[in-house]
Amino acid sequence: MLFEVTLSGVTLGGMYALVAMGLTLQYGVARIMNLSYGELLIAAAFAALWFYSGLAINPMIGLLVVPPIAFGVSYAIYRVLLQPLVRRAKTRDALEVDSILATFGLLFVIQGVMLAIFGGAYFSYSFLAVPLKIAGATVAANRLLALVLAVAIGLGLYLGLTRTRIGTAVRAVAVDPVAAQLVAIDVRTVSALAFALGGALVASAGVLVSMFLTFNANLGVVFTLKALVVIIMGGVGNLLGALIAGLILGLVENYVAVFIDPGLTLAATYAIFLIVLLVRPQGLLGRSSR
Amino acid sequence: MIGLGLRLLGATAVAALAFALPASAQDKVKIGYAISKTGPNAGGASITQIPNYEMWVKEVNDKGGLKVGDKRMPIEVIEYDDRSNSEEAVRAVERLVTQDKVDLLFPPWGTGLNLAVGPVFNKYGYPQLTFSAVTDRAPELAKRWPNSFWMLGTSKQYVDALTGLLKKMRDEGKIGPNIAMISIADGFGIDLSQAARKGFTDAGFKLAYDKSYPIGTQDLSPLIGEAQRSGADTFVAFSYPPDTMALTDQSKVASYAPKVMFLGVGVGFPMYAQRFGANVEGIMSLGGWSKDNASTAAYAKKHEEMFKRGPDRWGSQIGYASLQMLEQAIERVGKLDRAAITKELQTGTFDTVLGKVKLVDNMMQDNFWLIGQWQDGFFVGVAPQRAGVGAPVVPKPAWKN
Repeated sequence: MLFEVTLSGVTLGGMYALVAMGLTLQYGVARIMNLSYGELLIAAAFAALWFYSGLAINPMIGLLVVPPIAFGVSYAIYRVLLQPLVRRAKTRDALEVDSILATFGLLFVIQGVMLAIFGGAYFSYSFLAVPLKIAGATVAANRLLALVLAVAIGLGLYLGLTRTRIGTAVRAVAVDPVAAQLVAIDVRTVSALAFALGGALVASAGVLVSMFLTFNANLGVVFTLKALVVIIMGGVGNLLGALIAGLILGLVENYVAVFIDPGLTLAATYAIFLIVLLVRPQGLLGRSSR
Repeated sequence: MIGLGLRLLGATAVAALAFALPASAQDKVKIGYAISKTGPNAGGASITQIPNYEMWVKEVNDKGGLKVGDKRMPIEVIEYDDRSNSEEAVRAVERLVTQDKVDLLFPPWGTGLNLAVGPVFNKYGYPQLTFSAVTDRAPELAKRWPNSFWMLGTSKQYVDALTGLLKKMRDEGKIGPNIAMISIADGFGIDLSQAARKGFTDAGFKLAYDKSYPIGTQDLSPLIGEAQRSGADTFVAFSYPPDTMALTDQSKVASYAPKVMFLGVGVGFPMYAQRFGANVEGIMSLGGWSKDNASTAAYAKKHEEMFKRGPDRWGSQIGYASLQMLEQAIERVGKLDRAAITKELQTGTFDTVLGKVKLVDNMMQDNFWLIGQWQDGFFVGVAPQRAGVGAPVVPKPAWKN
């Protein structure tokens, strides 16, 4: 039983991590506190639904198609909507405030478009909702897929960021955009790429989540909030941190649900969040100075 | 920084949706409503409630309008988004009455918002025909606000009907005495689970597992696991639509097939049968349809044609019936006299898709199904005992892949 609970906790945590990784790139590197983040996730979920029930295209193919589109859209959003803010911002803090206001508006634009097209009703479809037996415990294939992808993306991007030249440039921008310019890094391009990559990540999360969660056009905020908790807990800009924080939250929620009381899962989540903030304000794997 | 972000998220300011046309006093009937087009209530509102409003208004206007006295007056609609927020709903209803000067009001969606706007409807004397509110306070509220009608009944009615069914199954030896119950920690779940806790134990059942879970829980497998381990062969969940979907999905994955599986809001939604296909067989929930009722069948067909999806098998038909009652009451009164319309609603007998309806103490009597079950792809009413009742199928068939 312990193994079964752990397994389902890990898959839930994997989903949380997957949902949060894009935001950690957007906020940590591009310095855009993107409040419309969850709306992009829901938009990707709608795209997957439309592919699946409208065009009979397998969501796995959707997983190959939707993220590149989201990459392009996010890149355009950054260049058109956010770059002017970056250009005029005198300090990092000013940019964060401006980006919050701008993406807050974007939230309603995306939500409004989705409401106009799909209405407010709930949607869901069934894909890969088949049981897989792992050492006697059962887990849904679609949820396991989300976990596998979260781990793959988390580790892959972590290696990419630490072992490649462009990865080093991205980290340099995350640490200090001014100093990065001094060593001939094109900060604007790197920021735009990081923001777009974040968009692609959240879109892949949206496609995966749509396979097992019921969603409607209003659900974006829920994911934005969860992602915020995960990235702050893991350390802003740190993919591995997001992965670990997501897994911790998933495990805690499921342990509490089984061994204490399911009514206390939310309380437990925020208790852990508070403890981390008190003990390590920079997050689990965050840098100590910003 | 984060604080600012959260505050902004909380203080969402969306302009209300209103398509007010130029007003001209005598030749039109103005009907206004505030409903959740955004926020957590939007899902339920746009499946059960908004389609009914749009459909009825279109039908009446296609006939040339509402029959008031000897002429027909087209309906003009003023709609606001209450953003699933009770203060906003109260403000919008006040505005509809005082600024837009509507002739009639439609109620908002859900128990909470209907309770919130109740005093406003009452203060201005507008009939409030709620059909998405379930509360044990309904009889008391109908006394306090004689203009309010509680078409969907009380929690106790549903629990009594369910307990009656389970008791019969137990006495016939089809199920054991243990029940596993979970409920959402929100209005509907709290109300129903309280009533059920008492009802089940009074009937001699034992609650082997009884927990509530917070709104927005995204993984229900721990609760399903516990219910499974409790050994109870009856599983009752007072859940909201996203959880109802997840519970069905995750129970199937866990091969958890209790003999009786009762789930909450969403089982009657068209998307439910669409998503789970043959696996809906045997699943019970609130509501239900009559198999042999040609009027509700025709209503479902119209609904499908207009919105590309069927109605909710719980509240939709009752909502449509309440609008038909309103139409007939106005016709009989012959003028837009709200006090007289309310009086007619209280005392008259009406022809609706549900059949003849006469309210007693502002509530429906034996006109609708409390408990339904999916049988051969149809969500048939199995309680209370009235004409056309289906025999409940136990045990629920095993999951198919």
